[in-house]
Amino acid sequence: MDRRSGTGAGVPAPLILPALLALLFLVLPLAGLLWRTPWPDLVAHLADPRVLDALTLSLLTATLATALCLVLGVPLAWLLARVEFPGRRLVRALVTVPLVLPPVVGGLALLLLLGRRGLLGQYLYQWFDVTIPFTTTAVVLAEAFVALPFLVIAVEGALRGADARYEEAAATLGARRWTVFRRVTLPLVAPGVAAGAVLCWARAMGEFGATITFAGSFPGRTQTMPMKVYLLLETDPTAAIVLSLVLLVVSVAVLASLRDRWVSAA
Amino acid sequence: MTGSTTRTATGAGLDAHLRVARGSFELDLALSVAPGEVVALLGPNGAGKTTTLRALAGLLPLDAGHIVLSGQLLDDGRSTFVRPERRSVGVVFQDYLLFPHLSALENVAFGPRSRGVPRQQAREVARQWLARVGLADLARHRPRQLSGGQAQRVALARALAVSPELLLLDEPLAALDARTRLDTRASLHRHLAEHAGPTLVVTHDPVDAFMLADRLVIVEDGRIVQSGTPADVTAHPRTDYVARLVGLNLYRGRGEGRGVTLPSGFVLSTADDVAGDAFVAFPPAAVALYLAPPEGSPRNTWEATVDGVARHGDNLRVRLLGGVGEAAADVTPAGAAALRLEPGQRVWAAVKATETRAYPA
Repeated sequence: MDRRSGTGAGVPAPLILPALLALLFLVLPLAGLLWRTPWPDLVAHLADPRVLDALTLSLLTATLATALCLVLGVPLAWLLARVEFPGRRLVRALVTVPLVLPPVVGGLALLLLLGRRGLLGQYLYQWFDVTIPFTTTAVVLAEAFVALPFLVIAVEGALRGADARYEEAAATLGARRWTVFRRVTLPLVAPGVAAGAVLCWARAMGEFGATITFAGSFPGRTQTMPMKVYLLLETDPTAAIVLSLVLLVVSVAVLASLRDRWVSAA
Repeated sequence: MTGSTTRTATGAGLDAHLRVARGSFELDLALSVAPGEVVALLGPNGAGKTTTLRALAGLLPLDAGHIVLSGQLLDDGRSTFVRPERRSVGVVFQDYLLFPHLSALENVAFGPRSRGVPRQQAREVARQWLARVGLADLARHRPRQLSGGQAQRVALARALAVSPELLLLDEPLAALDARTRLDTRASLHRHLAEHAGPTLVVTHDPVDAFMLADRLVIVEDGRIVQSGTPADVTAHPRTDYVARLVGLNLYRGRGEGRGVTLPSGFVLSTADDVAGDAFVAFPPAAVALYLAPPEGSPRNTWEATVDGVARHGDNLRVRLLGGVGEAAADVTPAGAAALRLEPGQRVWAAVKATETRAYPA
């Protein structure tokens, strides 16, 4: 009787030791970061214009990328969740590709599509004199490319979990499908959309590989926080640590905002 | 042909023949409801009640048949299918489905708004409807702040606020506790009586059906097995399900003069003359139980085995096997004590011919 009740009791040693090591492995590097943080000069470092430029650019591009993901991703999620169409499984698989694709490959692919000689880029350049690579726009696109799956998956999950009978009730009241989406579906899945947007934004903030490949690293224009950290590491390690701390704080804040939804749900 | 508005010669009210196949389940139901009439669709779970309601609302297209409402063809299973948002049909759903993110007022205003009424005007309409169901002061409440009975009334107001031709209610009282149910049923009855168009109430609760409806339509396995006024159905059940609903013992056999021969060979004496295929019904309270064969008086008597004893109101209901077949008998607790009833015991059952009712099948 009492032997069945405690699931925590009697954990075998071959499991508990690696488990503890795994935990240390995840936590110790962060502790190291905190340990080396120059706490007294923190404000001075943060006020450094080079740091501020990168921070502003990162905040701006991540927010724009999230907005882009919302505008494009919510309809895609709705389509995947609500409409039966041939090849839906394939589309769903395609959506998740950026999740597993090395970001550098993603950046290169974007370059090949939108570069001056790219598949679409050559026409943008010839007809509209528009060049995308190595601009702030390119940063936003690269971030959106890697972050979009996070939003689509979160929103699709929320849509599948939502009770579709509310939509039927709205239809019997005379609401057309667009009205149903706008006034019933969207408000019902708003928490899921918000969670997806936060994840999406966090992913965009941390983006490095695709961005540096597609947008380069020009201070004030395409040099985001992660790039700055990487570059400062060679010239001014202390500044790099300060920037890393900022990114860590952002991540923890994201985690805290999702606490009730995902972290404790497991 | 979505949204086509073919007019047919059929007059006012609802005229429908619904044929829908869902896997092994098949619905085949001819239904007409006059303007102002309240029909209760009564049946066990899985009989096709909700399917019927969904087909009428346009949430489930017909495979064949037709739905004509006030002369307008809504669905013919082929080329015509009017989408739910274009039908003049109000639905009160089983668990109400009030939009959780909108206030009671905005819930009720949703219909008029969706049908193009300007915002302020829609709110005014909603306010009037909330007042009519007695909830004017709860306009700002969210659905989760409402009690079950209040939510039911908001759902009714929401359905009526678009002035639908046809009103459909799916188990409107099922989610309520006994006390609330009583009050809500009374107010619902008033509102249904005021509705000028046809009304269809889907329920599995006979009390709701008898109280709310002018006419009962009883469905089992996707077919209509009986229909009629509550009084008629109560007096002349035609299936075991209906007999159980109205609390009668029901048998079918061949009538000749004042006797009906059951499949078991038992001949039940009746007070009515019937010939041919016939039903006999009598209430459990009419069955008297004895430990020895009763003598005298012109009664139907048979020996039976007690199959079970359960509380039933103030009395005990005894399930009997043997003689006429299955039968229920109601005895007082005192009577049961005197008989020392327990499962497996042999008893004699008796029913006076004058307590039975016989009618043609």
